[in-house]
Amino acid sequence: MSETKTIQFSEETMATVQRLIKRYPEGRQKSALLPLLHIAQAEFDGWLSPAVMDYVAVILSIKPIEVYEVASFYTMYNLNPVGKCLIEVCQTGPCWSRGSDDIVEHFEKKLGIKVGETTSDGQFTLKTVECLGSCGTAPMLQCGGDFYENLTNDKVDTLIEKLRANGQRSTYMKDNRVM
Amino acid sequence: MGKKLLLEHINVPGIETFEVYRKQGGYASVEKALKTMTPDAVTEEVKKSGLRGRGGAGFPAGMKWSFLDRKSEKPRYLVCNADESEPGTFKDRYLMEKIPHILVEGMITSSFALGARTSYIYVRGEYMYVIRILEKAIAEAYANGFLGKNILGTDYSLDLYVQPGAGAYICGEETALLESLEGKRGNPRLKPPFPAIAGLYASPTVVNNVETIAAVVPIVNMGGDEYAKIGIGKSTGTKLISASGHINKPGVYEIELGLPVEEFIYSDEYCGGIWKGRKLKACVPGGSSVPILPGELLLKTAKGEQRLMTYESLSDGGFVSGSMLGSGGFIVYDETACIVRNLWTFARFYHHESCGQCSPCREGTGWMEKVLHRIEHGHGQASDIDLLVDVAKKIEGNTICPLGDAAAWPVASAIRHFREEFEFHVKHPEKVVNPKHFEITPFVSERVAVIG
Repeated sequence: MSETKTIQFSEETMATVQRLIKRYPEGRQKSALLPLLHIAQAEFDGWLSPAVMDYVAVILSIKPIEVYEVASFYTMYNLNPVGKCLIEVCQTGPCWSRGSDDIVEHFEKKLGIKVGETTSDGQFTLKTVECLGSCGTAPMLQCGGDFYENLTNDKVDTLIEKLRANGQRSTYMKDNRVM
Repeated sequence: MGKKLLLEHINVPGIETFEVYRKQGGYASVEKALKTMTPDAVTEEVKKSGLRGRGGAGFPAGMKWSFLDRKSEKPRYLVCNADESEPGTFKDRYLMEKIPHILVEGMITSSFALGARTSYIYVRGEYMYVIRILEKAIAEAYANGFLGKNILGTDYSLDLYVQPGAGAYICGEETALLESLEGKRGNPRLKPPFPAIAGLYASPTVVNNVETIAAVVPIVNMGGDEYAKIGIGKSTGTKLISASGHINKPGVYEIELGLPVEEFIYSDEYCGGIWKGRKLKACVPGGSSVPILPGELLLKTAKGEQRLMTYESLSDGGFVSGSMLGSGGFIVYDETACIVRNLWTFARFYHHESCGQCSPCREGTGWMEKVLHRIEHGHGQASDIDLLVDVAKKIEGNTICPLGDAAAWPVASAIRHFREEFEFHVKHPEKVVNPKHFEITPFVSERVAVIG
């Protein structure tokens, strides 16, 4: 999180951005705002700093406030730094009915943090979220673009080890070519 | 075995690829529509089919299509609502993940009927891996001449794009979705004008759920009249049901509308009965927004008739003793489930998801969550129960969009059918503080349906 990057999309990403903007009628480039914020978040350390949002505003020729109001509305945009792996455990009714409380508790114990906190090594942030549309395979969680379903404490242990060993920052988008 | 129209080929290996999907008869509806039918004739078939919107409201799809302003000089748009976020609902994800081409095919045929030259599929952001699957399917459709300029050599051209959301239940409301697609906060619009007149970019727009658009494929292939023969009365065709909660076999099932609810729960073909040998206590049959029903009212109406999986039968008895088919998000609770805690999770959900535009919803959902939190955590007062009913009443019908109603109905119905359980929480906080499950007490077992 401490690393500083120049806020500038790579040439390749910029090509994607230009391609995205063409999906909408002329003058409606603001429609590309949500996908662009996803890309920006993936590219700039997993969160949207004011500087990153201002950069996106320039690309789309809109006012910075138009970006802030959108970024602060949608839950998938992080307005503060998060750990490398953002663990999002679903806690709504159907997941609760299959034991999501136990899963959250197990994570808290294993990681030594409470919901909303980040481990001191900056590896994991634990979050509870509302329905992720995976009720038939509850309890479940999302980490980056991946769904982990039918969770048990054992599966959680394995996942934590796997993510720790991987060391990569999880992102909703594995690559920008998704869109 | 009931008839399968959408999931018929779901188990064919490679069905997610164009090649295999095509071999199974895929894209026939595009060929039939573009080469042998007029756009109006396609719309007519959808009208005849009796297809009702599969997102939750159940509005007749053909009628919605007929409202589209066809005289306008502006371009027309078809937008697919794949923002599936209603707790208990995961059928669209399943369909898009397993058989993405049926949605692409439905989008092409439907866009042709509506005269749209550009169409969008708005997918909730959390389904990013599904977006990847759809993008691949769309690229294959372009490569094989089913999208782009002059499809199949006709003069019809269509571009189809996927748009990601970013985590907001409210964007499942069609005007909020359109706002979001325009790059704004998902605040629902005041209606009128309706999207059919001024929707995306103030142009005539139809917004349809994933399953609705997929259903256009079998309707065009078999003809609207044939489709209408499936099901009962005004509940025609098949419906995807997302089954979750305390059952042996959670998952997505395609049923012919009209299947008895009891068969759906207990048959091995579907839910396979209640898990752990327990008994049925309650069910939310159509996604978290619809009224919860105790087991006995789920299986039989207040009049004693067998309850069926149809729009009409599930709503029989109104909100006094009935519920709704809604999105088909079928959440089942066994005898140990704590109704108060479940309701608290729903209230928290709606509070979290309220867009904040209308005060009754913004403030009311917050109060309901707080009051339920304190009842559930052993700090409730006897007056809290009526307070909840009062707050719910003041939200219902007083907001721009249906999220307010959706937040109010679960609260009102849970208290209507399970008031004793709320009272028990207030009277015996020591027995319910932080329970994951609820001790079975006499009043709870009375609520358990005798069957099963």
